[in-house]
Amino acid sequence: MLTVRNLESGYGRLRVLKNISLHVRPGEIVAIIGANGAGKTTLVHVVAGLLASWRGELLFAGADITRTPAEAMAGLGCVLVPEGRQVFASMSVEENLLLGGTALRKSGGSSAIKEEMERQYARFPVLQERRSQLAGTLSGGEQQMLAMARALMARPRLVMMDEPSTGLAPLIVREIFSIIAQLRAEGSTVLLIEQNARAALEIADRGYVLETGKIIVQGKATELLANNDVQRAYLGREQIG
Amino acid sequence: MLWEPDKESIQEDDLKQLQLERLQSTLYRVGTHVPFYRKKFAELRFNHDDIRSLDDLQRLPFTVKQDLRDNYPYGLFAVPLRDVVRVHASSGTTGQATVVGYTKNDIKTWSNLVARIIMAAGVGSNDVIQIAFGYGLFTGGFGLHYGSELIGASVIPISSGNTRRQIQIMQDFKTTALVCTPSYALILADTMMELGINPNGLSLRYGLLGAEPWSERMRQEINQRLGILATDNYGLSEVIGPGISGECLECNGLHINEDHFLTEVLDPLTLEPVPEGEIGELVITTLTKEAFPMIRYRTRDLTRILPGTCPCGRSFKRMERMLGRSDDMLIVKGVSLFPMQIEKALLAVEGTKPHYQIIVEREHHTDRVTVLVEVTEALFSDQMKKQQEIVGQIKRRLSSELGVGIDVKLVEEKTLERFEGKAKRVIDKRSY
Repeated sequence: MLTVRNLESGYGRLRVLKNISLHVRPGEIVAIIGANGAGKTTLVHVVAGLLASWRGELLFAGADITRTPAEAMAGLGCVLVPEGRQVFASMSVEENLLLGGTALRKSGGSSAIKEEMERQYARFPVLQERRSQLAGTLSGGEQQMLAMARALMARPRLVMMDEPSTGLAPLIVREIFSIIAQLRAEGSTVLLIEQNARAALEIADRGYVLETGKIIVQGKATELLANNDVQRAYLGREQIG
Repeated sequence: MLWEPDKESIQEDDLKQLQLERLQSTLYRVGTHVPFYRKKFAELRFNHDDIRSLDDLQRLPFTVKQDLRDNYPYGLFAVPLRDVVRVHASSGTTGQATVVGYTKNDIKTWSNLVARIIMAAGVGSNDVIQIAFGYGLFTGGFGLHYGSELIGASVIPISSGNTRRQIQIMQDFKTTALVCTPSYALILADTMMELGINPNGLSLRYGLLGAEPWSERMRQEINQRLGILATDNYGLSEVIGPGISGECLECNGLHINEDHFLTEVLDPLTLEPVPEGEIGELVITTLTKEAFPMIRYRTRDLTRILPGTCPCGRSFKRMERMLGRSDDMLIVKGVSLFPMQIEKALLAVEGTKPHYQIIVEREHHTDRVTVLVEVTEALFSDQMKKQQEIVGQIKRRLSSELGVGIDVKLVEEKTLERFEGKAKRVIDKRSY
């Protein structure tokens, strides 16, 4: 689905991503974990076309997307759920969803949008309850759900989620993650960026650990959970000896 | 049957991407955690970021057995010892041994890779597997054991030796698959014949043989005499143990587990890649090992990559069975030994001269090593008792040093052939 090879990028003269290679296969949840400042968000921003790559290759569903601009990415089926939700606060829940469905209008018309919106309401019943409420008045967890639902409106082939757990209470985090796991069960492909390594690896198939712009370990999620380096650095295991 | 069908039949592009990702993170880890590699990379002004394709592998330094010895015991480990759950060592009980380690994940990976090889050899969950490889520091027994358990077979961890008991158990426990060295398979056949046991009356169907070189002729003999289908599998402790490659039922080359090991076939003299399909030394880089990653390990084993694809469905490339060595290492009863080890042991015994010859023979499928040692004239003409003492002393020393029994014969001074330049210390009379 997504193949990244020897990617380099950054801001100004600051090289943030150093030779990153990774891939996501159809139907997988792949987690990218790492500390603050490791380059996780930069990475998804490059894939989403929000930031230019300096070097390297990006392939999406077999097509070269190295130079594809952000606005074309949703049309290709690659959407980003940005960090910090970024819902349109002064618009209603339903208006937010309609915006997410813009890409669908061309292909399926308004009936497709309607159908997709019902699907999102079924997935997130709380959004249906609050359909006419202004997005800015939702709780943090509800805003995260709205951001996810808005992205899913485009019927994406790949959903990239940037820190969906940020600033949310543990109970809500669990709910969000169970919805992500549910997405995979429905056949979606997810690239999940998370600081909450344990929660992410528990639902992921595979994972990559990003440290100062480099992939330092990668493998099956179960292997990373059992990896002592990962445990010490990201899973908060007690230091022994 | 494929143990991991999606992985063992991976497309070439997907494999290359996976190998590149794994190589990049392996290089990061060894460059950060292993002083030996950090130093080597610095000397070559190599930065692990510089690896952009699998071809860049050729810029990396080699690792040789001596590097393992120099870093005895734990110097090349890439994780702290507290993360290591298992230590194995190659033959040799002194500082000459090479030590390798495994994390929990490494043991899982290892089991999985051996499981692939066992399945490829035709063995499955309904089989009863008799493991006649040694357990202990040798990786053979444990490796096959884990793989067999993982696929759900019934494992008999009988270990090596005691041939009659092996046969008794084979009969009583209804063993269907045998794991041992090819020469031991023939010893079992001989012993059965002596005991008047007809192998066709046994439940035995498969043989997973390895740990020493053998030939197609030997396979035919084993298949015929034991009524089994014998396959070859390959591994070495420095890389992981068994699990690197194994034959499928096509019996036409060993599929390399390429998603975990990058292999090169190089000319042992120039260290340049040989033309495709030609014989050279196998060089292996591990892609997933945590505790003991190896970068471009020179196995000294000679082989070649076979052309074409295999009808079995595995997409991994195939290497030919081990065709020999690019150094003077001898494999005797599955144990590797070097003439240097024998020389060292001899020099520690008073009255011997630094002239010796090692003769390796195979009698009744058993390897026998005899060392001819020159002794001083005074000693040679001395009484028998003194000579026997010396022989006993050398034998004890050799057996504790090498872990394998060796015969010793004393000869008079200047009776062994002298060589100009490189001495031919070993006379290997075995034919496979």
